[in-house]
Amino acid sequence: MPDWVVHLRLRLERLRLDPAREAEIIEEMSQHLDARFEELRARGATEEEAERVALGELSEPEELARRMRPLRQAQAPSHHVPGAPGGSLLGDLWQDVRHAIRTFSKQPAFAAAVVLTLGLGIGTTTAMFSVVHGVLLEPLEFPESERIVALYHDGMLASQPTVMNHGPATYFTYRDNQQTFEDLGAWERTDVAITGAGEPERVPALAVTDGTLPVLGITPALGRFFSPDEDVPGSPLTLVLTHGYWLRRFGGAADVIGRSVQVDGEPATIIGVLPASFRFPRAPADVLLPLQPDRADAGSASFGFQVVGRLRPDVTLTEAIVDVRRIIPILEEAAPSAAFFQLQPNLYPLIRYASSDIGGTLWILFATAGIVLVIACANVANLFLVRSEGRQRELAVRTVIGAGRGRLARALLTESIVLGLAGGATGIVFAAAGTALLRRIAPATLPRVEEIGVDPQVLLFTLLVSLFASLLFGLIPVSRLGAPSSASLKDGGRGASAGPARLRVRNVLAVAEVAMAFVLLVVSGLMVRTSVAMRQVSPGFTEPENVQTLRVDVPEAFWDDEQGMIRIHQQIGERLAAVPGVRSVGIAYSVTMDGEDNMNPFLVESEEPCSESCYRFRRFKTAGPGHFSTVGNPLVAGRDITWDDIFEARRVVVITDALARELWGDAREALGQRVKPYGDDRPWYEVIGVVGDERDDGLDQPATGILYWPLLNDIGFTPSMLVYSIRSERVGEPGFVRELDEAVWSVNPDLPVSDVRTLDEIRAQSMASTSFAMVMLTIAAGIALLLAVVGVYSVIAYVAAQRTREVGIRIALGAEVGNVRAMFLRYGLGLTAVGIVVGIGGAALLTRILSALLYGVSPTDAVTYLAVSAVLVAAALLATSLPVRRASRVDPVIAMRAEG
Amino acid sequence: MVMPPIDRVLDRELKKGSAELMVLSIIGNGSRHGYEIAKLIESRSHGELRFHVASLYPLLYRLEERGWLQGRWVEKAGERRRRFYTLTAEGRRELARQRNAWKAFVRSMSLVTGVDHA
Repeated sequence: MPDWVVHLRLRLERLRLDPAREAEIIEEMSQHLDARFEELRARGATEEEAERVALGELSEPEELARRMRPLRQAQAPSHHVPGAPGGSLLGDLWQDVRHAIRTFSKQPAFAAAVVLTLGLGIGTTTAMFSVVHGVLLEPLEFPESERIVALYHDGMLASQPTVMNHGPATYFTYRDNQQTFEDLGAWERTDVAITGAGEPERVPALAVTDGTLPVLGITPALGRFFSPDEDVPGSPLTLVLTHGYWLRRFGGAADVIGRSVQVDGEPATIIGVLPASFRFPRAPADVLLPLQPDRADAGSASFGFQVVGRLRPDVTLTEAIVDVRRIIPILEEAAPSAAFFQLQPNLYPLIRYASSDIGGTLWILFATAGIVLVIACANVANLFLVRSEGRQRELAVRTVIGAGRGRLARALLTESIVLGLAGGATGIVFAAAGTALLRRIAPATLPRVEEIGVDPQVLLFTLLVSLFASLLFGLIPVSRLGAPSSASLKDGGRGASAGPARLRVRNVLAVAEVAMAFVLLVVSGLMVRTSVAMRQVSPGFTEPENVQTLRVDVPEAFWDDEQGMIRIHQQIGERLAAVPGVRSVGIAYSVTMDGEDNMNPFLVESEEPCSESCYRFRRFKTAGPGHFSTVGNPLVAGRDITWDDIFEARRVVVITDALARELWGDAREALGQRVKPYGDDRPWYEVIGVVGDERDDGLDQPATGILYWPLLNDIGFTPSMLVYSIRSERVGEPGFVRELDEAVWSVNPDLPVSDVRTLDEIRAQSMASTSFAMVMLTIAAGIALLLAVVGVYSVIAYVAAQRTREVGIRIALGAEVGNVRAMFLRYGLGLTAVGIVVGIGGAALLTRILSALLYGVSPTDAVTYLAVSAVLVAAALLATSLPVRRASRVDPVIAMRAEG
Repeated sequence: MVMPPIDRVLDRELKKGSAELMVLSIIGNGSRHGYEIAKLIESRSHGELRFHVASLYPLLYRLEERGWLQGRWVEKAGERRRRFYTLTAEGRRELARQRNAWKAFVRSMSLVTGVDHA
């Protein structure tokens, strides 16, 4: 058959036809000429004659154009941009976009499949980006926050490298001698009892020095902030309220300035209110009070609060580090004991402090979301490949009528981008729903949760990701653009293009999808195993859902001496025990994993004589009778502390099994041994009991060595705020907590109760980060699995459709249907098997990074790998079975007719 | 669409009008693709009237632009797609109008020329 396209193109080229329309016209007229040619041949004309006659009927070159010119479609508006060379870029682009939209409106199923798949991928990525952005990247809400620096030290503590903060010695020496900061400010989290303004309550508070709020660059919404005079020990107490607390407690009253409340039983004057935007990183607070560090303490190194500084405008972080390094010798002169810690400056932007150590987890989650996106792109690329086969003819026509490869590639890419952007828009909808869910399930340890959301920067990210994804899946069909073949313009041309190379690309895509899904499934599987392992760890308490804990502070105003203070606590304990349904009550300085991490040095008598450096650094707590039995931590050896021990000031101590094993090898060996806190003329205390291990630093951490001193002691560690644990089957019952509150207030109505929670809540919170990562990874892996199954399905369905005729012939020739099925199953499972092998390699690489999140399971855990492989094989069977069933039901006659 | 008065149609584009009428009449009996239309006109005129590519398609496109025809690509399994033309409602009204005009014209011609048209 002659090629008419060149002749038609020649006649139409002077008209300003829309390229797509021109292609249509050429296609239609070519068919006409084909038919005419056939007709002439049928009447006995030679090919040359037939071609000459048909072309003759096409008439003079000008004729067609002359007849067409009056038509509206020949007057397509010119998009010529003045100065643009040759064709018009913008005009072409607009044409491509319109053409793409028109094309897809005629293929709604294809467009919907692509948009939905991309929406899942882009939505997942956008949601995770909004977390990374809100938590890790978004600047803090302080003016020029990039100049705010957190100051720490790298030091040595008990021959362990440790990050160390500040005490009066470092704070005063640095503030007096530094040359690179506008100012320094100290701060520390605390909580205080507020009375005299309604029901007594304990609220989270922030103690700051006079420089801290100016360093942050904050101005008061009302009143003023702390003056240097107010930041001196012994000066009258002043108070600054956060905006939220001011609204909640004082109804936003403007005359709150100058009012007086009791803070821990001491009168304090309210001097200011913070702006609503104030949020101190990782330290939610209701009120701020002066830290009042004592210059008299600056002579010896101690560490108990944090310091921030604002760099001078022209100063870099490195210069500030050099500055601190210069000051450290001055510090060691002023406070000789500082030399003992071998301090080195450790300064970094406050934003890094704000994002805490969850950064690693979030980046891993972000990376997994990226993998989901790549899988989605692979799926879409596959869909595009199938589609591009169906339109070889159209592409060939467009090539022949003069659309160069570049022009055509651009048209194809425009199609990808139109769909990519639609996918991005869908993704934003998914992401908005996703982030709403995320904010709900985010662990308390995730800082800056309130800043997670879809904002302009996130939208910009989505736009970029959508364009990137468009290129990713759009380039594959473009790369398949061959040289223009007039073969594909002819009859039957549509089916003639499914070459083996094309199938190879589709196989590779399916294998890649399976491999990536494998990686994500392994990662989420390992997190599930971690979570299970953590659940099996004994934290140091049993039946935590039946133990209510609450904190009661007995402010100094209520007692004359420590003995009196402890007697009030004893009385509270008795009242709590009398509440109906309460089985037992314990009192202690802290319960396992409640966040109290008070570490102190002590000496062991059996290791004496000993130089200064051989003290050990372990957790100190105090306990009263019944604490261990109430939380359910059994005595391993010896006995519990009794009230007699406490009030007769017996020098006895209970330690945990981990510490006993560490010091003496065995719990029983520990009994009768003596220890004492590090320091001058402290008395020795005898170990009278050893209790079971406590995972005080978290379920995924080793058991913590703890020393429990009696509630009253002569080592200077007699806190007035104690935690009550109350074991009862009534925990969780409505009104139970209220009865407990009232039991406390029956001793004194001004006693503030705080931190009311069950041991189970404490345990859940300690698992929150792991649970969060697990849920997020499982969602990502689920989406990945779904997309991979669709990917395998589409390849098998495609191959099955391609081979319909072959299958028909085989069946006609007597092949067993079972054999035909097995053939396709082998194909599907083969793809999956290769995907799994590649995935194992990928997982081995990724899990090494992941191992920081894991507990109690190896990154190469065989059970997980096997289970995931089984899941994928099952999914592949499912994905293969549907097209296979269709293929094996082929009617040989129909199959052979279809393409015959 | 507002049509010009019949006398002006007659006056101006007699030939074109007759071509339009032929195409509309052919399609009035059911949707056809371009080659079929050409062949039907040829066979019904016993080979007297012929439309070639260069005359037929510009005419079809013009009628389509006027909203009298609608062209649609139709795919059938195992065949390449073809563009079929169907009369729109407007096209149907136009066909009736042109038929009447043609009848009036033929009547006038036979009265004037004394040639009796069958």
